[in-house]
Amino acid sequence: MDTNRRNFLKVAGLSTLAGLGGTAVVDRLVAGAGMAQANTGASQETAGAAPGKPGAIRYGMIIDIKKFYQDPGLGEKAVHACHQFHNVPNFPEKRDEIKWIWMTKFENAFPERPNLYPDEESASKKLPILCNHCDNPPCVRACPTKATFRYDDGIIGMDYHRCIGCRFCMAACPYGSRSFNWRDPRPFIEHLNHDYPTRTRGVVEKCNFCVELVQAGKMPACVEAVADSKALVFGNLNDPSSEIRKILKENHTIQRNPSLGTLPSVFYIV
Amino acid sequence: MYDSGKIIPGLIIFVLFITIPIWYNRGGGTEPPKPVLPKDAKACVLPAAEIRAEHMKLLNVWRDEVLRDGQRGTVTVDGKEYPKSLMLNCMKCHTSKKQFCDTCHTYASVRPYCWDCHLAPVE
Repeated sequence: MDTNRRNFLKVAGLSTLAGLGGTAVVDRLVAGAGMAQANTGASQETAGAAPGKPGAIRYGMIIDIKKFYQDPGLGEKAVHACHQFHNVPNFPEKRDEIKWIWMTKFENAFPERPNLYPDEESASKKLPILCNHCDNPPCVRACPTKATFRYDDGIIGMDYHRCIGCRFCMAACPYGSRSFNWRDPRPFIEHLNHDYPTRTRGVVEKCNFCVELVQAGKMPACVEAVADSKALVFGNLNDPSSEIRKILKENHTIQRNPSLGTLPSVFYIV
Repeated sequence: MYDSGKIIPGLIIFVLFITIPIWYNRGGGTEPPKPVLPKDAKACVLPAAEIRAEHMKLLNVWRDEVLRDGQRGTVTVDGKEYPKSLMLNCMKCHTSKKQFCDTCHTYASVRPYCWDCHLAPVE
């Protein structure tokens, strides 16, 4: 083909322009897709519009730490009610332990808030912790089978039929809210509740915010157990007129390690 | 045919050998299972033939609706409401897993893992 320097430069220049422009367009498209993927489906829609979006439900809980400090029996009641209802086993060995809601010290629940001179109560007494039902749940993102997933009402559920026991979710959860069934749990359940299944060996389990009760219009078992004291309050965080939002407005509350960006739905009144 | 004296008896022995299951089980052992039906309940959520063939699919559909989609309502059949649940619905009428579920499952040699987690009624 007959070509000269002038034509060669024209073609080269045009190709360079097309190349640069093309990659910019492709980059933008890829970036857009990447952002969409980085968020976990449902949470993307609700997390952005979180507070006060009418109609949308995001269940949450407030735990009044002071009430649990004052009455140590309260925590025991809540834990017992939950574990009794959900057939949570009681293993003799600590390493096999399964827990949905449990009592722990302040420094263990909030390790990101160390205090050189903690008050006596914080140093000696215990408060309940449970799954935070994060609005941006790392466990849901980690699960390869979608065995753990986010309901539209913000509850992070477990589908034990799908769990393959890979424990990615346990590694992903920054709050240690998940337990693995190393052994068959059934022989270690003291009083079987015949209205709720047990779990089997090889699945991960955790608090489900009593989704089976909540979605039937009832209160979670732990909240019900300590209802008189109002130490646990459950409700819809997205409803500005709900009791939980009223309490949040009136009290200074903290979340467990909020800097991780998981957006926990469990709030603590210190 | 060469060696027919060996081949024909050999064939006969071979045929007899591979049909062992047929003539060995002839007569006994093929009684169809007789699951014990509940006395007080007359109707199921589906007609008998359908529920017999499709109960495992129905249970899976219920499981997905209730557990994953959060549709925890009831199904209404002939004006009666049934919860979508194995433990809270099926086993409330079929109060014996041994005399109902296990009879056919054992016969058909299927081992559903429902009962690894779900609790059978106390017998």
